[in-house]
Amino acid sequence: MSVELTAGVAQWLRRIGGAVTGAASKLGFASRFLLAVLWHTPGAFRRMHLTLREIYFSGVLSLVIILMSGLFVGMVLSLQGYETLKRYGADEQLGILVALSLVRELGPVMSGLLFASRAGSAITAEIGLMKTTEQLAAMEMMAVDPLARVVAPRFWGGVISMPLLAALFSAFGIFGGYVVGVRLIGIDAGAFWGQMKAGVDVWPDVTNGIIKSFVFGIAVSLIAVFEGYDAKPTAEGVSSATTRTVVMSSLMILALDFVMTVFMFRGASVI
Amino acid sequence: MSIPAKPSSSRAAEAIAACRVDPTAAAVELTDVSFAYDVRPILSGITMTIPRGKIVAIMGASGSGKTTILRLIGGQLRPKSGGVCVGGLSVPDLEPEALYALRRKFGMLFQFGALFTDMSVFENIAFPMREHTELPEELIRDLVLMKLHAVGLRGAAHLMPAELSGGMARRVALARAIALDPMLVMYDEPFAGLDPISLGVIGQLIRRLNDALSITSVVVTHDVYESLKIVDYLYFVSEGRIVAAGTPEEVHASSDLFVRQFIDGAPDGPVAFHYPAPAYREELFADVG
Ligand SMILES: Nc1ncnc2c1ncn2[C@@H]1O[C@H](COP(=O)(O)OP(=O)(O)O)[C@@H](O)[C@H]1O
Ligand SMILES: [Mg+2]
Repeated sequence: MSVELTAGVAQWLRRIGGAVTGAASKLGFASRFLLAVLWHTPGAFRRMHLTLREIYFSGVLSLVIILMSGLFVGMVLSLQGYETLKRYGADEQLGILVALSLVRELGPVMSGLLFASRAGSAITAEIGLMKTTEQLAAMEMMAVDPLARVVAPRFWGGVISMPLLAALFSAFGIFGGYVVGVRLIGIDAGAFWGQMKAGVDVWPDVTNGIIKSFVFGIAVSLIAVFEGYDAKPTAEGVSSATTRTVVMSSLMILALDFVMTVFMFRGASVI
Repeated sequence: MSIPAKPSSSRAAEAIAACRVDPTAAAVELTDVSFAYDVRPILSGITMTIPRGKIVAIMGASGSGKTTILRLIGGQLRPKSGGVCVGGLSVPDLEPEALYALRRKFGMLFQFGALFTDMSVFENIAFPMREHTELPEELIRDLVLMKLHAVGLRGAAHLMPAELSGGMARRVALARAIALDPMLVMYDEPFAGLDPISLGVIGQLIRRLNDALSITSVVVTHDVYESLKIVDYLYFVSEGRIVAAGTPEEVHASSDLFVRQFIDGAPDGPVAFHYPAPAYREELFADVG
């Protein structure tokens, strides 16, 4: 009886230990992978058309979903913000509220999440399938490094697209906020734009938003290409890698957002 | 199945030295090669010679380690012990650049073609040329059409891989494998999943291209019938060991049990029908007591 119990506990401990060392070695592999991708970046940029193609696939083709979401988020923000501000008689401030929320937080975070589920999952599935069908091995045997030819362009395509998408998200969000606030609710247009211009600064507000979206772009793109490259070369392997990309990227975006926000506010000496 | 004893290091050193002494003898030479994934032995004590200009078949059941042998020759895997010599170079000892330089002289046909699904047939064949040469566009176009003509698919240049039948995809992959006029072409299961006509076409193409371009060919397959028609020499691999070898005539005449089982397609023999299991009676009546 006690022997069985000990064996059970031992097995349990072993499983935990296995999970921890597995995670650690995967993290190490991912770091080395990032270095390898960076190392191959000059080679990838020499074939610029490959990166441009990826910017098209992950950036341009994500435009519709990003712009639509931005518009709706801005409209909701305006409605909700108006309701709250009205209580304090500060409804003139709606422009600032909408713009700051979007530029600082919602733009980078929401477009990051959308980017992860639309472009990130597609990148993982594509690279995973290329691995499953031995296209990556074929490339290696043709003396072409898949890291330079396949991985690096997709990584940089994502990193370059992400801040642009976030900026467009915020722009459309502000437009949505304007439509609801000024056209629907009837706040004075001059007050809406005037307050916004006065209250939102390029530094730190806009710059911080851009920094965030750039970091999210790196995180999502790295996770997407890594999970694809590391996928088990089977149908289930690719599908679970795709799921992991979306889950890991989303958690990563939210966690990184918190950490960066802490540092950025400290920079602005609010805390 | 036992884990093979490691060959003495002097023997391994000999194998590596052998690569350099006589670079003209054989295109590929494996000397006492062993390989394992982690601790699971896959190959043990494989010794084989693939002479220049010949077609050599490596035959064996699925999972016997045939693809692993090709990956060892191509330097995608490193042997646990033993020597792998290609063109007088010891593959496991090559630096990455030298390995890539060597691979430019290889062609490889993957199990299911492994065509790049996001490129047209034309671009697939142009791919190695664009990557490794500075040829002008008109010349690339002519070369690609020549390669496609050699496999009878010049008219399919504009198609995407998804639009090809299995046999056509295999032929396109073959054209891509010979795009840079390689010295060695490796075929991984070139006949798998093809209809009888495509099968004959691929077999004849392998022979014709080998002779016309004076290539050396390694064909990994489990199709005895088709390969006996085209190859110069066969190795039989089972559970990671070479169990028989010979020319097609010798194989036809062989009385070796394994070879006979393979040729006659008998379900039981040296290769057992049953996966190792406890005794049938015991397992069935285990809970009867
Ligand atoms: N990446 C891998 N990791 C672990 N085992 C593998 C891997 N690739 C192949 N194997 C195992 O090695 C054995 C030989 O595989 P392979 O050389 O592909 O056989 P074949 O080509 O003759 O069908 C198989 O049992 C297979 O399960
Ligand atoms: Mg195989």
